Amino acid sequence: MKDFTYAAPATLQEATRLLTAANGSARILAGGTDIIVQLREGLRDAGQVIDVKKIPELMELSFSPQHGLRLGAAVPCYCIYENAEIAKAYPALVDSARIIGGWQIQSRASIGGNLCNSSPAADSIPSLIAHHAFAEVVGPAGKRKVAVESFCTAPGRNVLQQGELLVALVFPPTMPHSGSAYERFIPRNEMDIAVVGVGTRVQLNQACDKIEFARIGLAAVAPTPKFAQEASEWLAGKPLAEETYAQAGELAKKVATPISDMRGPAEYRTHLVGVLVKRTLEKAVERAKGK
Amino acid sequence: MGRLEAYPTLLQTNHLGQANPVAKKTHVSTTVNNEPAEFLCEPRESLLEVLRDTLKLTGAKEGCNNGNCGACTVLLNDVPVNSCLVLGVEAEGASIETVEGMACEGHLHPLQQCFLEGAALQCGICTPGFLVTAKALLDKNPTPSEHDIRFNLANNLCRCTGYDKIVKAVQEAAKELAAK
Repeated sequence: MKDFTYAAPATLQEATRLLTAANGSARILAGGTDIIVQLREGLRDAGQVIDVKKIPELMELSFSPQHGLRLGAAVPCYCIYENAEIAKAYPALVDSARIIGGWQIQSRASIGGNLCNSSPAADSIPSLIAHHAFAEVVGPAGKRKVAVESFCTAPGRNVLQQGELLVALVFPPTMPHSGSAYERFIPRNEMDIAVVGVGTRVQLNQACDKIEFARIGLAAVAPTPKFAQEASEWLAGKPLAEETYAQAGELAKKVATPISDMRGPAEYRTHLVGVLVKRTLEKAVERAKGK
Repeated sequence: MGRLEAYPTLLQTNHLGQANPVAKKTHVSTTVNNEPAEFLCEPRESLLEVLRDTLKLTGAKEGCNNGNCGACTVLLNDVPVNSCLVLGVEAEGASIETVEGMACEGHLHPLQQCFLEGAALQCGICTPGFLVTAKALLDKNPTPSEHDIRFNLANNLCRCTGYDKIVKAVQEAAKELAAK
């Protein structure tokens, strides 16, 4: 690995000052499960590595049913699924956090880091989209909010400008009769990169026989994770039926523009969008009903 | 032309072509296997390199060096991590447990004993990682199901034995620990 300097600032102010002074040559270290590999393999360069785990705002994990969830950008995955209240309120997020690598990776890797790594196949981003989370970004010009579906701009690239860092992911409060799920397709049981990943969230009506509101996020089918807007909006007012979920899957396929690679040909991936939208909607509805 | 200029890769430059200040070694105070430990390391050195090369604790092994194989697993503040994906400087103030800390007063940990008796290893490179992860699992969940064991050991790869003997050894150790 090439030489670099190391800093572990204790405040956001200090972190943005260091990032600005580094003039683009600094890299942020949260869990390190991507950046250390990338630095070692020469895929990214760093004059300075800035460890953000000493900054309280990036390690914050707070939840209340009224205010929702604030997930600091450097909070490791295991803290999410070991918190029973959060696990109940944001099941798609928990589905994602439990399958990003194995235990050793989940001890270090953060959801914020997964978003900033901006892989098209990131396991957490479809769930973030489904949960309608937004990214809180701080930089020299102050604070701004970015919808998670607009965060990634290309493989490995995102909206963060020089001097900016992701502070937290903010999730709206959960509503009654709502449920969510994330599933990915991989040819093995565990420990693989998604061929396709889909996260969905549904909110049902009082009688629990119709969908009131839905959001569908897709991964590994385009240069960036995608919000399947047309499919999501179409679901409003639809009955809970297999045909509903299948039709939403067909509509979601419209935003899929996958490539063919070692993980699967484009047609197969598009087909999988339909399958996984249907499966995750079924699971999300079951969870919404409290089953 | 100076010697370094003839070999541009020897010059430390960032992606903008500017010279990087060569990082000084950092002093790190930490706890390893319940004993205070201090070391000097460069920021780019991994915790695995520090453990093996500086502290001479060669139990943790370098397998893939990119987080896939788990042979370098240690506990960092009680959770299992791949020490190849931790910088040595991040260990400041932390508590680290390695496979060397598992045996107690000359007696092998029940997991170590069960791995030996159950022949749950062949070449042994993956074994320290399996032992450390399995210890973390039994500390958290003393009665894991077979699924729990396989799920939690998924980040540890063995290329010799297959996994059945390893899973059985963990089950045996769990029984022994419960009987104590």
